[in-house]
Amino acid sequence: MASIFSSSIGRKFAMALSAFFLMVFLLQHFAINILSVFSPDSFNEVSHFMGTFWAVQFLLQPILIFGVVFHFIMGFVLEIKNNKSRAVSYAKNKGSANSTWMSRNMIWSGGFILIFIVIHFIDFWIPEINTKYIVGDMSGLHNGEFRYYEELREKFVPIWRVGLYCLGFVFLALHLLHGFNSAFQSVGANNKYTNGLKGFGKVYAIGIPVGFIFIALFHHFTH
Amino acid sequence: MNLTLKIWRQKGANDKGKIVDYAVSEVSPDMSFLEMLDVLNQDLIEKGEEPVAFDHDCREGICGMCSMFVNGQAHGPDSMVTVCQLHMRSFNDGDTIYIEPWRATAFPVIKDLIVDRTAFDRIQHAGGFISVNTSGNTQDANAIPIEKANADAAFDAATCIGCGACVASCKNSSAMLFVSAKVSQFALLPQGQVEATDRVLNMVKQMDEEGFGNCTNTGACEVECPKGISLENIARMNREYLKASLKG
Ligand code: SF4
Ligand code: FES
Repeated sequence: MASIFSSSIGRKFAMALSAFFLMVFLLQHFAINILSVFSPDSFNEVSHFMGTFWAVQFLLQPILIFGVVFHFIMGFVLEIKNNKSRAVSYAKNKGSANSTWMSRNMIWSGGFILIFIVIHFIDFWIPEINTKYIVGDMSGLHNGEFRYYEELREKFVPIWRVGLYCLGFVFLALHLLHGFNSAFQSVGANNKYTNGLKGFGKVYAIGIPVGFIFIALFHHFTH
Repeated sequence: MNLTLKIWRQKGANDKGKIVDYAVSEVSPDMSFLEMLDVLNQDLIEKGEEPVAFDHDCREGICGMCSMFVNGQAHGPDSMVTVCQLHMRSFNDGDTIYIEPWRATAFPVIKDLIVDRTAFDRIQHAGGFISVNTSGNTQDANAIPIEKANADAAFDAATCIGCGACVASCKNSSAMLFVSAKVSQFALLPQGQVEATDRVLNMVKQMDEEGFGNCTNTGACEVECPKGISLENIARMNREYLKASLKG
């Protein structure tokens, strides 16, 4: 049991499990963000709940941060190991003949997502933490009203941020197009449902990022 | 057909090696790829040059010896064939063809196109067997009935010839397809159950020690495998491994 996470298959499991966790988180994040398009009030209420409920803040949030950091570190560790496994490369290698571009470039799509997440943290998360825990304002109010919706709208005014946001989600889509089904294969789920799952995986991989992009563009153009 | 060959030449394990260009003429489209190399070698011998060393034995897709990366693909452009089963009709007159050995740290080059694949043997020794007492009391093979679906899947897994094309094609040089085929052929049969736990743990341990990379499910192995070994085997091995780790 101890050796499981040092073995190649154990690490594969670990990558897949953290991926599942992150994919569920992503869905949850999307579900909340899309409220901002349809119902600003609900968006405010849910945001306030997520931002102040202790279990979310002190239990789920640390797990999430751990999941993100773990997935990235493990991804880079595996990439380094894999590069060492072929010290001399081929003079001619036709990767496109047997695998998708997405599957061969997870480190690149993942790397860009990492850059995006770091910027996203600095941009959204740190100011939030600052207001709540440094300034100590847990009310979620600004001029007597919930501030979340208006803050979100403000964030999407500058075009550079919208552009960066969209780019980040393009890389996320590329990453998920391989990653979604790869995670299932890693935990040993390859059976009669696999084809159906592949279809669902494509819908998820494209649908969620497109949804996030839609939200950003919506707020940019309706502000 | 007239062809330009770009072949990896390496005098020995410690030589640096390089790609050398050769022109071959009068190649018949009906020749097999290895016959075409025989023609080239005959030429080289007549000129007093060192012939190109390459592995081969059966020349009919059974032994798995002919490990060549042709034009950027393991066993060349055709699917479900080894390079000895590849014919020159798959190429055109005037083509330039790259011929390289399998590239993987765990498969070091011995000479030219020949690589050392004993890493596979060591993985097999670690668990790719069943222990049966055969001294005089051999059981009838049909004494244990086996479900058709399992028998078929075990048989499919057992068709792996250990050629190493999976490792050569994988961007990570992972040996998972090979090992999973060897694990699966026993995991699916009652005869393989006795040693099932140790088998998968030991074979994966040996695989990792040999320096093969980590599988990232690109699926390149399945596409390039001359025997059509499926990724389902890798999923099965992952399940077997998890089961065994929780038990062991
Ligand atoms: S799994 Fe396929 S490609 Fe790999 S060694 Fe076996 S036959 Fe060759
Ligand atoms: S020489 Fe035996 S498989 Fe090609």
